[in-house]
Amino acid sequence: MPARVDPLPDAGSGQLGRLILRRLATDRTARVGLALVVVCAVAALLGPTLAPSDPLAISTDRLHGPELHHLLGTDGLGRDLLSRLLHGARLTLGSATIAAALVTVIGLVIGTVAGYAGGLADTVLMRLVDVVLAIPGLVLALAVAGLFTPSLLSVMLALVTVWWAGSARTVRSLALSLRERPFVEAARATGAGQWRVVTRHILPGVISPVVVLATLEIGQLVLVISSLSFLGLGAPPPTPEWGAMLNDGRVYFLSNPHVVLVPGLAISVAVAGFNLLGDGIRDALDPRLASVPARPSWFGRRHRAPATGDGPTGPRRPDRHRFTRS
Amino acid sequence: MTRYVVERVAWLLVSLLSVSVITFGLGVLAPGDPAEVVLEHRLNQPPPREQVLAQRRLMGLDRPLTAQYLHWLAAASHGDLGHSWLKGLRVSTALGERIPRTAALAAAAAVLAVLIGLPAGILAAVRRGSIADHLCRVGALLAASVPAYFAAYVLILMFAVRLHLLPAFGFGSASNLVLPAVTLALGPAAVLARLTRSTVLETLGEDYVRTARAKGAGTVAVLIGHALRNAMVPLLTVIGLLLGHLLGGSLVVEYVFAWPGMGDLAISAVHARDYPLIQGFVLFAGAVYVVVNFAVDLGYAWLDPRIRTGRRS
Repeated sequence: MPARVDPLPDAGSGQLGRLILRRLATDRTARVGLALVVVCAVAALLGPTLAPSDPLAISTDRLHGPELHHLLGTDGLGRDLLSRLLHGARLTLGSATIAAALVTVIGLVIGTVAGYAGGLADTVLMRLVDVVLAIPGLVLALAVAGLFTPSLLSVMLALVTVWWAGSARTVRSLALSLRERPFVEAARATGAGQWRVVTRHILPGVISPVVVLATLEIGQLVLVISSLSFLGLGAPPPTPEWGAMLNDGRVYFLSNPHVVLVPGLAISVAVAGFNLLGDGIRDALDPRLASVPARPSWFGRRHRAPATGDGPTGPRRPDRHRFTRS
Repeated sequence: MTRYVVERVAWLLVSLLSVSVITFGLGVLAPGDPAEVVLEHRLNQPPPREQVLAQRRLMGLDRPLTAQYLHWLAAASHGDLGHSWLKGLRVSTALGERIPRTAALAAAAAVLAVLIGLPAGILAAVRRGSIADHLCRVGALLAASVPAYFAAYVLILMFAVRLHLLPAFGFGSASNLVLPAVTLALGPAAVLARLTRSTVLETLGEDYVRTARAKGAGTVAVLIGHALRNAMVPLLTVIGLLLGHLLGGSLVVEYVFAWPGMGDLAISAVHARDYPLIQGFVLFAGAVYVVVNFAVDLGYAWLDPRIRTGRRS
């Protein structure tokens, strides 16, 4: 089967970095995205230091609106919302980052094995991927999270169980096409062992685009983590996780909308930052995909099958897979 | 074509089986002994050991997992998903009561998504670079970045609290349906708009469109005859994705708006650790998703002769 999925023509890390930098230099929306992501990263790294007061300290200043003493107001228990937001940045963005890293590592291992080894291993692993993708993501994540007591860890676990499949599929299609490249064949011809071919030739070509994509996926993971927390399956009270903060504020929402608006806007801004940056970089990676939805789905099947057409993943579909070129 | 259909049907069966394995697996992994939970509910106190063992035998829990799975699958294929631990109701009854409500919500949202997304995408493509195009882009970004539950609260604040136009929560009249349906439609509408825009743009650049134009076809004729017809193929794909959106999104939206549908039931089931009910929900949602995607695959072949004949471009 000819590898129809061609990775970036120059998937080497240096080229990729330069491409992304050039994109950031020319694309205004990507720069806005980068700025928002940097703000979020600073909040996550320095949040607890910057926070004016204890995020858990209860006071009698209940449900105050934004004022000089409490810049973003206080919640139903009189806790300072700005402090909670700053502490929560580390929890929400941090858990999304860790989940993205885990998803990437699992995806790299399974995808590389499937793509490079081919044959039975490929068939078995990819059917496993199809099985996971056969159930809408949020539905499965909800059910898996329900197996554990509500905590941020159980939400992350649920996320990883569901999300690895999409990552593995992306890596596989990259590894599959690299396998047929002349330089890999040359390495094999000169007697390089399987391990050496995979670690020296396949992985370097796969890692950089996959890591870039994983970073950009953090926005989506933030959405799902905060959704599950909002539904009461994630961080238990009084944790200042953003989705949980929104859930705390629900009761006071009609009279004091700011308790819901503050965490809601924070989540929206963070996700929008990652989405903007992601769209820009994806365009840089493949200009032909410009303006095609970055994420076909929030909660559904994460990626449609790339156009491999060689299995039960279905016929060729319009290329919405980021790395797919027709 | 026959070969393609046979392949798809085979894949449909495999997918349905995998959904059932995952669902059954969830029940196995669930903490706690089902026999004990059932007895505790019946007796209102921790049951004695012998009674638990007897109950385990009665429920078939002492048999090997494969036997349990086959037994469960046979029952499930007849619509028997067991009893909800907490409500005592049959799972199929509990779900059956909720499904029409979620279906109504999802159908309204799907119609809205198409009514918003399709025209917006066409307008953005035809007037590329115009204000309309930029507005579409911003709208799509917002819809992809704002979590559904937050969008729901903003809509409630605007239309129920400030303008007093629509009821915020509840179920019953048609006006109750508006806000949840709009919230649920936002995400799919954005996906549709972006996809329509890119497809129409792509088609408008094709040689045959230029030929049609050169032969004197007007903009509208080109749009209807060529651009929209070609746009239908990717749009069909989106139907499958859209359904994933709706099934996942209904969880959050029903929770916020107190809409007594399937998602609302599933969330209370998760909180109550009512595994038979959770299993029923996952099985149903997964089966619907798989079957709709199967239908999309067939529709695809019907629209695109290259797939039908097995030739690939």
